[in-house]
Amino acid sequence: MIDLHRQTFRDEAYELLAELETSLLELYENSSDPELVARIFRAMHTIKGSGAMFGYDDISIFTHDVETVYDLVRTGQLVATPELVTLSLAARDQIKEMLDAADGIGRVNEEHKAEIIAGFRALLTPSDSPVRERAPLVGESAANAVTYRIRFKPLPRLFQTGANPLVLINELSEMGRMFVIAQTSNLPLLSELDPELCYLFWDIVITTDKGENALRDIFIFVEDDCELTIDVIDDGGNLDNDEDYEQLGAILIKRGDLDQEETNLILSRHKRFGELAVEAGLIESKQVASALAEQQYVKGLRKERQTQESGSSIRVPAEKLDILVNLVGEMVTVQARLSQYAQSSNEAALVAIAEEVERLTASLRDNALNIRMLPIGTTFTKFRRLVHDLSQELGKRIEMVTTGAETELDKTVIEKLNDPLVHLIRNCIDHGIEMPEVRAAKGKPRTGTIHLSAIHSGDSVLITIMDDGAGLNREAIRAKAVEKGLVAAGAELSAKEIYGLIFSPGFSTAQQVTNLSGRGVGMDVVRRAIDSLRGTIDVDSREGEGSTITLRIPLTLAIIESLLVRIGEDCFVLPLSFVDECIELSREDVARSHGRHVMNVRGKYVPYIPLRERFSIGGEVPAIEQIVITQIGGNRVGFVVDHVIGEHQTVIKSLSRIYRNVEGVSGATILGDGSVALILDIPQLYKGAELAEREAC
Amino acid sequence: MEKVILTADDSASVRQMVSYTLKQHGYDVIEAADGKDALTKLEGRKVDMIITDLNMPNLDGIGLIRGARALPPCRFIPIIMLTTESQDSKKQEGKAAGATGWIVKPFQPEQLIAVIKRVLG
Repeated sequence: MIDLHRQTFRDEAYELLAELETSLLELYENSSDPELVARIFRAMHTIKGSGAMFGYDDISIFTHDVETVYDLVRTGQLVATPELVTLSLAARDQIKEMLDAADGIGRVNEEHKAEIIAGFRALLTPSDSPVRERAPLVGESAANAVTYRIRFKPLPRLFQTGANPLVLINELSEMGRMFVIAQTSNLPLLSELDPELCYLFWDIVITTDKGENALRDIFIFVEDDCELTIDVIDDGGNLDNDEDYEQLGAILIKRGDLDQEETNLILSRHKRFGELAVEAGLIESKQVASALAEQQYVKGLRKERQTQESGSSIRVPAEKLDILVNLVGEMVTVQARLSQYAQSSNEAALVAIAEEVERLTASLRDNALNIRMLPIGTTFTKFRRLVHDLSQELGKRIEMVTTGAETELDKTVIEKLNDPLVHLIRNCIDHGIEMPEVRAAKGKPRTGTIHLSAIHSGDSVLITIMDDGAGLNREAIRAKAVEKGLVAAGAELSAKEIYGLIFSPGFSTAQQVTNLSGRGVGMDVVRRAIDSLRGTIDVDSREGEGSTITLRIPLTLAIIESLLVRIGEDCFVLPLSFVDECIELSREDVARSHGRHVMNVRGKYVPYIPLRERFSIGGEVPAIEQIVITQIGGNRVGFVVDHVIGEHQTVIKSLSRIYRNVEGVSGATILGDGSVALILDIPQLYKGAELAEREAC
Repeated sequence: MEKVILTADDSASVRQMVSYTLKQHGYDVIEAADGKDALTKLEGRKVDMIITDLNMPNLDGIGLIRGARALPPCRFIPIIMLTTESQDSKKQEGKAAGATGWIVKPFQPEQLIAVIKRVLG
């Protein structure tokens, strides 16, 4: 590629040299034509500039002085004497000689060259000699991360040079951890605002190891159009002795928002500094907020560093943590009772205490659960070994890539995830990834990839197992399912439904049974294990390109956010992660659907399950019932209850062995008044209803 | 949609190098041999950025910057000028005419891309 450019440059240079010769000869005749001088200057300039770009450094250096002389002629500071023209012609020949030499034709006469340069230099005053300036791109770097305070205050005319401050701030953000506060205090009233002017300025605090010059470099194009101050506020551990950072007043003075005298005046009164400064009309609250943010940022930074330095962690038996979490669970229950009692007692003092306890309990709960969180990465390493061993055994070449190993999950959840993940990964290796030859024939890289990733999403963690193998064969799955009697032969199924079939008991499409998988046990075990974690499985696949299995697992098993509902006298709990919305169901609605359990929700039909019937609860049905609409594996299903009470922090209690096999219930919880509410197993209820429906057909 | 960059340079080799580098990085390129040619090519179409040499026949880089800034669609787009180290005064003149920034010749393709990222985002 560079050779191509060099060739273009050579062609161009020969052309320019020919033109140069003509121009110089004309100049000999007519030394006062400014257009001729300009043409000569441009030719020299191009040869110099382009020469340097394509590696002809000697030509570029040589031409520099010639160019400088013609610049002086052009601006009238020198006269184009016949001697100069003669010298220039010699220079032109010299350049040609150098070009030829680069092509391997002839040699450069260095002596002659030096003479010509000396001739041009003699025409120049010393100040005209080359001055090299700092190139705008330098990558000086400092060893450790330093925190800087940057105030970037562009002049209003900034936009007129086509500069975009946001692009600069974005570029800055790539250099390290930072926060930005936009200052709006110069913003005029809308009626006076000129949209072509820049009124905003920015306070930035950034921690970077790139050094101050690199920071200044970003602003190099706008240097003249802005006020830019960059100060070191934390040098990565050398300045600070403790995590305390400067007082708010000191920060504002250093930023130049306030001076010492104003500060003293304010300090003489007793109130929070920021409020006082704003009240006094000296600064705006936004400026205080910005300074406060800086204070917080550096304090946080130093605290972090101290924790790292002391490296304090202790090992505690997992059992102790389990006990702690259980106790917290009990505590949440008692607290709920206390709150309920306080509310009904109408005693202000008691209500205040109850609220305090509620707040403390909530943070105690979060902290206790947090202790039990572990990064999922520990299990990931185990799978790496598994992939290695199995692929060796099968003669396949498989690479495993993991991301999100730092994602935290409750310890008990991680333990229960191990087996299903092993099954899923085995399946990928066995059925998903093809043999190297097959892959090569399909134009894929011989080595297959399994990508295992974990990421937080709300109150759950998404675990994805993605392979670039053969993908699922929809027709084969359908045929197998029909053969096993899982679906009717003519049934219309969506892709998702077909993929879902692989989790049915006794299902396997593998042509050959290996000792790893293919016996049809495994995938339904996976489904059961994930269900028991109250998680969901989602399968997606493209034939020939691979498949993706996504597990959505709740963060913790101990305490969940849920929706508390009532049917008759009994309370039930639905995990909030399933719930989409609640709507009313009137007697007319029921009559309109002619006894079918479907409801028209904004033009779409949603089937529902009347829980009163399902659990055989007697008593009077209220005139208006409620449908709680849930989302299960992409389907919307409603559950009819009498009354929706509201959101509830549910401490999960497992049921005793006698009740463990009761369908539709996954556990129980104790409510504020001491009564027990059952936790509904939404996926199981849905599946049960689906089966009943199919049998009825 | 790809961003469109107009590059004006009387040196075919520099133009070719700039154009090649830009196209490699997914930009659409319009080439112009001098300022006058560039202004003609700017008529009736919107470009996202201009990269111009300063010394060109017919209309030089400063003239092009002034001319482009007078066109409403080009008022606020980034304009980068290619300068040599001996042209510090030109740089000031260019900025006064409305140039966003500059690249000092000679430059490497990576430097060109870095500057484009800096002004175009």
